[in-house]
Amino acid sequence: MLAQSNSNSPVNTTSHRVVLPFYGYAALSFLACCIMLFFSAEAFTKHYFHPHTLAITHIMALGWGTMIILGASHQLVPVLIEKSLYSTKLAYASFFLAALGIPLLVYGFYIFEMGWPAKWGGRFVLLSVLCYTINLVASVSKTNTNSVHALFVVTASFWLFITAFLGLALVYNFTYTFLPKDTLHYLPLHAHAGVIGWFLLLVIGVGSKLIPMFLISKYSNTRLLWTVYILINTSLLLFFLLFLYLPSATYFFIPAIAVLLAILLFAYYCYNCFKQRIRQMVDEQMKFSLLSVLMMLIPVVFLAGIIGWLLSDKAGERMTLIYGFTIFFGWITALIFGMTFKTLPFIVWNKVYHKRVGLEKTPNPKDLFNNHAFIVMSLLYLSGFVLFISGIYMSETFVLNFAAVILIAAAFLYNFNVFKVLMHKPVAHGGDQQ
Amino acid sequence: MEVISNNPVLCTIALAALEQVTDPEIGLNVVDLGLIYQLDFDEAKPEIHASMTLTTRFCPMGDTIYEAVKRVLKETFKNYSIQLELCFSPAWTAERISPAGKEFLNR
Repeated sequence: MLAQSNSNSPVNTTSHRVVLPFYGYAALSFLACCIMLFFSAEAFTKHYFHPHTLAITHIMALGWGTMIILGASHQLVPVLIEKSLYSTKLAYASFFLAALGIPLLVYGFYIFEMGWPAKWGGRFVLLSVLCYTINLVASVSKTNTNSVHALFVVTASFWLFITAFLGLALVYNFTYTFLPKDTLHYLPLHAHAGVIGWFLLLVIGVGSKLIPMFLISKYSNTRLLWTVYILINTSLLLFFLLFLYLPSATYFFIPAIAVLLAILLFAYYCYNCFKQRIRQMVDEQMKFSLLSVLMMLIPVVFLAGIIGWLLSDKAGERMTLIYGFTIFFGWITALIFGMTFKTLPFIVWNKVYHKRVGLEKTPNPKDLFNNHAFIVMSLLYLSGFVLFISGIYMSETFVLNFAAVILIAAAFLYNFNVFKVLMHKPVAHGGDQQ
Repeated sequence: MEVISNNPVLCTIALAALEQVTDPEIGLNVVDLGLIYQLDFDEAKPEIHASMTLTTRFCPMGDTIYEAVKRVLKETFKNYSIQLELCFSPAWTAERISPAGKEFLNR
């Protein structure tokens, strides 16, 4: 016997109007960032606390990574919690506040003026994050779900709030010194709350739901995901405590090893999903997303190098630059490249062909973007990424400039495909469909 | 994949028509995917009571698939009114994919 559902109404998903602006904004931010990379290549031969490096880091972390993740999560959170989003108004507010705040903040960092542009930028970003967090918590509180995926996402939003709050406090500390030490001293707290607390938790929370879903995998292991959740949060809290009360590099290995273990467990989870998949065909976008899981491990290697450097007192600024670069241009960018074309074409396809499905042949969502351009973009990106790291290591401006040009080409192709999808108009289709 | 029905003949016609509706992400039609649970026909009214599921609750494509199934049933059985229910108990699992569907996914 089939149990009856409570309602005849169809699922109520988040409107495309809420989600699409985030994708467009993120694509343009990535292009702008790659262009900045070219004009500021020399900054990557200097200390990591350089105005241009700070500006590039924030446009990557906020304009690129956070914007696209915020957009996608407004669409995906209902899938995780099995309830609709609490408020679309809060989602719009989150977009507009971030869209306004990010350029101000980046401009403030670029000219190293911690007056009104950076402060207002920081305030707008913090308010945007607040809107997102409230929306998420209110959405989750409507449910009686005990989904580990939902917990990952909610906890990640708290860490994002802490990151933005700390960031704004550090901006204020430049002009009104109220912290016991200078701003530079506290950067590792701000950076790791963002990278581990926000990006890593959210990516694992959403990825652990989407990867088996896209692969149609039989594998499921909630216990492993709980272990990963506990490992990441404990290690981050431990890092904060060690940093503030026992600042010795020797102890920093403990949280770093816990994070490494969490990443390895997640990689093992993804491997099992892949091995036990029913869908044998794996498209390029999915391969890229799986590659990004392996790319999580690269920054950890450099993190170990940085801790080693702290212990040995040898010059290691380049190691820190490479560490940051492998996070934002490596892991996060690879993940976004893969996931953009696993989500965006479907959102747009849904918008355009919603009323036509079943009545006439419609194109496949994958036909909305140019797969050849995607493959060329991927190759350009991977070569530009490796070359840029080599440039930082060799401290060679020419190599950095050349790598930046390759990354700009990849960013152009990414934008070409994103805007091709966003501007898609309905077409009659004669292709094959199952 | 088993579809419960009180009228095997009309059910076969309905399922053949529903093969036009494809899950755009997977590329497989809703029948082979095992999303259709029940198709009951009341020829006296005339009315179709159908129930279906989605691969995941709140699937971003769910609304489109649901509407398409309703539309195709209405197109195929023009005199019938359609009562289509979304049902998540039992939840969909990959076991519901038909052998033909599994073969398609194995390609």
